[in-house]
Amino acid sequence: MYSQISTNKRNSIFLFIIFFILIGVVAYVVNLLFFQGYVFIIIAAIIAITFSLISYYSGDKVVLAMTKAKEVKKRDQPYLVNTVEGLAIAAGIPTPKIYIIPGQQINAFACGRDPKTASIAVTEGTLSKLNRQELEGVVAHEMSHIKNYDIRVMVLASVLVGIIIFMSEIMLRSLIFGGLRGNNREGGGATQIIMIVVGVALLILAPIVAQMIKFAISRKREYLADASGALLTRYPKGLANALRKIKGDHEELKTASNATAHLFISSPFKKKRFMKNLFSTHPDVNDRIKKLDSM
Amino acid sequence: MSTLTIILIILGVVILYIILMYNSLIVLRTRIKNAWSQIDVQLKRRYDLIPNLVKTVKGYVKHEKTVLTDLTKERSNLMKGSTESRAKASNQITDALKSVFAVAENYPDLKANENFKMLQEELSGTESKIAYARQFHNDSVMDYNIKVQRFPTNIIANIFKFTKKEFFEAEGKEKKNINVEF
Repeated sequence: MYSQISTNKRNSIFLFIIFFILIGVVAYVVNLLFFQGYVFIIIAAIIAITFSLISYYSGDKVVLAMTKAKEVKKRDQPYLVNTVEGLAIAAGIPTPKIYIIPGQQINAFACGRDPKTASIAVTEGTLSKLNRQELEGVVAHEMSHIKNYDIRVMVLASVLVGIIIFMSEIMLRSLIFGGLRGNNREGGGATQIIMIVVGVALLILAPIVAQMIKFAISRKREYLADASGALLTRYPKGLANALRKIKGDHEELKTASNATAHLFISSPFKKKRFMKNLFSTHPDVNDRIKKLDSM
Repeated sequence: MSTLTIILIILGVVILYIILMYNSLIVLRTRIKNAWSQIDVQLKRRYDLIPNLVKTVKGYVKHEKTVLTDLTKERSNLMKGSTESRAKASNQITDALKSVFAVAENYPDLKANENFKMLQEELSGTESKIAYARQFHNDSVMDYNIKVQRFPTNIIANIFKFTKKEFFEAEGKEKKNINVEF
């Protein structure tokens, strides 16, 4: 357990290093092509540091806003709040803030940078479709993510990957835009070169993003959270039954995106989609159920 | 390097190790104390909720008033005496509450009462919190006891009088422990 915590802290630092290298390379290339001097590199450095600080200190708020989660108090949801409070006691950590995500899909995630700043979010569907034991199983799984500091790596990956995806989308647009311009105008040599450079940069970017997400989600981590969650509730069947219901659930979760998918207890994407394999983040549900049933 | 420096280095390492072991024992012992106060908080919460429940139920129930007097009687034992006796009172209250809620099943008006529903949710929430706090307490005691008995920490534990702690046993149907493999 404690080695898991230090691995997570180390991986968080790796994420920052990769992010900085990436921004550095992009800034260097853009600077080489468009600017003289070091102005752009300095600007890029400031942007990168700002984003890093934001993702470290407010990453949880960013993620919660992205999924449109709303904070709830005891008088609104006494059942959920009591469940979370109970499991926080069992895990020996402070009660996290509690959020509800709109949507009928059964899903949940936890975020924050350590147990003191943690939040836990469940969908409306989770509350309406799961019974008490199943809900406890899901909450206990998230509680284990909080206790193990998984949330720190996962949130950092979400925000930093989100920024990179956003950047590459801008590059992709300018590539298409630049390509059109290049065809329409005479002597678009410079544009062509930029196009190629951007294209190459995109090629490099994709695997790096995938690697960052791999840092954030390891199958081992999910299995570990399942197991330590079961240790909290002393009832592995609860989570196993919840996963069975999740398996049979075909609702879509509109607020989930590639950047946040790996946070959830199970993949929020039910339909096949583009780049699914690259971003395939969750261990097989059947396998998880089998492991829980054998405890 | 002279022999003296080598001896000093070894001595330094040993002292550092002793400090680390001592501190880890302190951390574990404090965790047990915190776990106990967590149980305490929940017992107090239950103690505070019961009069409200009695007041709400009284207005509806006609014949089975004895379950309420039983509950009130047990409640008075909850906040006095040794931890042992309070733990026992807590178990008795769990049973007394069960009979109250069983009686409430016969009164649809009571079951529909918002206040009653809220109290029922709160009390069952508190009950599972007591169970979880007890579980955390016992887990902490287990970690601590292992450390106190295991070599080489047992030497430090002996010198500084860290003694084994008692588990908080629950009567009857404790949730079964499970076998988890990582």
